[in-house]
Amino acid sequence: MLKLLEGPQTMGRGPAFWGAAGVVLLAALAYPMFADPYDVGNFGYFFVWIFMALGLCMMWGLCGMLSFGQTFFFGLAGYGYGVIAIDLGNGPLGTMAGLVGGLVLAAVAAAVLGYFMIYGRINGVFFGIVTLSVTLALAYFLGQTAGPEWAIGKARLNGFNGMQGMDPLTFPGPDGGIVLEETLFYYVLILGLAVAYLLLRMLANSRFGNVLVAIREDAERAELLGYDVRRYQLAVFVLGSTLAGLSGVLYTSWGQFITPSSIGLPAASMPIIWVAFSGRTDLTATLVGTFLLLLGFQSLTIYSQETALVLMGALLMATVLFVPRGFVLGIGDLLARLAMRRRREPRPAAAAEV
Amino acid sequence: MTTLLELQGVSRRFGGFLAVREVDLAVEAGEIHCLIGPNGAGKSTLFKLVVGRYEPSAGRIHFRGHDVTRDAPHSRVQRGMSIKMQAPSVFRALPVRQNLHIAMQHHVPPAELAREEERLLELLGLASEGARPAGELSHGQQQWLEIGMAVALKPTLLLLDEPTAGLSPEETFRTGELVQRLAAGGMTVLAVEHDMSFVKQIATRVTVLHLGQVFARGSVEEIVSDPRVAEIYLGVPHAA
Repeated sequence: MLKLLEGPQTMGRGPAFWGAAGVVLLAALAYPMFADPYDVGNFGYFFVWIFMALGLCMMWGLCGMLSFGQTFFFGLAGYGYGVIAIDLGNGPLGTMAGLVGGLVLAAVAAAVLGYFMIYGRINGVFFGIVTLSVTLALAYFLGQTAGPEWAIGKARLNGFNGMQGMDPLTFPGPDGGIVLEETLFYYVLILGLAVAYLLLRMLANSRFGNVLVAIREDAERAELLGYDVRRYQLAVFVLGSTLAGLSGVLYTSWGQFITPSSIGLPAASMPIIWVAFSGRTDLTATLVGTFLLLLGFQSLTIYSQETALVLMGALLMATVLFVPRGFVLGIGDLLARLAMRRRREPRPAAAAEV
Repeated sequence: MTTLLELQGVSRRFGGFLAVREVDLAVEAGEIHCLIGPNGAGKSTLFKLVVGRYEPSAGRIHFRGHDVTRDAPHSRVQRGMSIKMQAPSVFRALPVRQNLHIAMQHHVPPAELAREEERLLELLGLASEGARPAGELSHGQQQWLEIGMAVALKPTLLLLDEPTAGLSPEETFRTGELVQRLAAGGMTVLAVEHDMSFVKQIATRVTVLHLGQVFARGSVEEIVSDPRVAEIYLGVPHAA
């Protein structure tokens, strides 16, 4: 199984790559010991979104399905978490049930929507249009739920102001449970990201991942090799959307609120920019690039949110025009080529002997 | 002999045009059966009916005793058909070896995959091209790679739609040798083709289609010497 951590669908192999990955992981684990708690919280916020980006990488980068609607599943799971947690009285029971319920909601919604789209032969650009339409419909619907009549049990949806009142995720434990916040939340996210990244790498290099790539390259040929193309597409759509849902639950837990603006058009376009800029065909590039973009975006937002949004749009255009494979992946490829060239060049002593 | 593939009264209509008309066809195990005919005879339509790209307007298709008339292409492949379409259809951005790997990954035990890939690369004459993106191969090499991908499924019946389209005479001959080697290994082949030199090289039995109907069938010698076939092919009336 561990052999699948390396393969044709993932950049990076050998001791140098895994050594560098280990150093990055250690640095991330050590970061809270030196950084301001506010910055640790911010990094946790960045990590929350990376699950959604990794899911989109699997769907779009590996299988060629561009979904413009990952925040639909993000929002469904986030609101689902809030409703269940509030209605079950928060605490370990409410928040754990909210976590499971939110993920199930995202997965079931993806299965139903994906079934009708994929088996209805909606593909290519129309797949993006339909997923975006559904996402905007949800955002507008939630925006008009300000009145007290818009409540599910005790949980008020609260229109554009968003839903509040849910606890952060809380593990069962002494004194009312172990609340996931601040540094603990940060460490749990690091663990979750590491596990998700490694499992997705193995999946990408497995037989399943090979079929996804075959579908991206030529769906008809893949079918003529005996693969039930639509079943694979549905499976990866549910997987990617459930990861978006996980981001939604974690986001709601992190901020203890969720609003329709985290679902609408600007929010929906962000995952596409992260993944395109990073290199949509590679999980490592997506992980690194998404983190860097979120960090840069937030640093700019402090001064001007409009400027940050314009810059993100400019980055997307620059990616499409100049580095369609993605900037981070491009840099990774360049480093790999340089390393290979250095390995091939004879050492001076050896050359002198010849 | 066992009948592997059987078409019974198969027709296909496009609006008011009947492209294939009540075709009966039987492909026996172990033979290389060529389907020939002039342009517009309905060969490609019939091929697409066999592989599942089109559904028949009438008639039944049986494969290995199962009625596959309404089965999707991937289901037919899972039953033992393997298909090479007319235009080269390979995963162009992926290395040649990965093309073969994707094709065979569910048909060969993991421990034997690398060896089987090597064997096929040798068989196809692509041993030195394993790491190249398939899109960089010549047209002929892409045709062979696609045949290799079809063979990698270890099929009972190999379906080839004009496997020599766009090939030079030398490449056509080499393709013929490749098909004969596969048949010698026990594979049954149904090929749609209109290059008669290729058909003469490989076929054990030939069916001629004309205007969507079966016009003649028999051995290569019988078909080549049939003046009616010469007439529909060349437009030359035979001396009656």
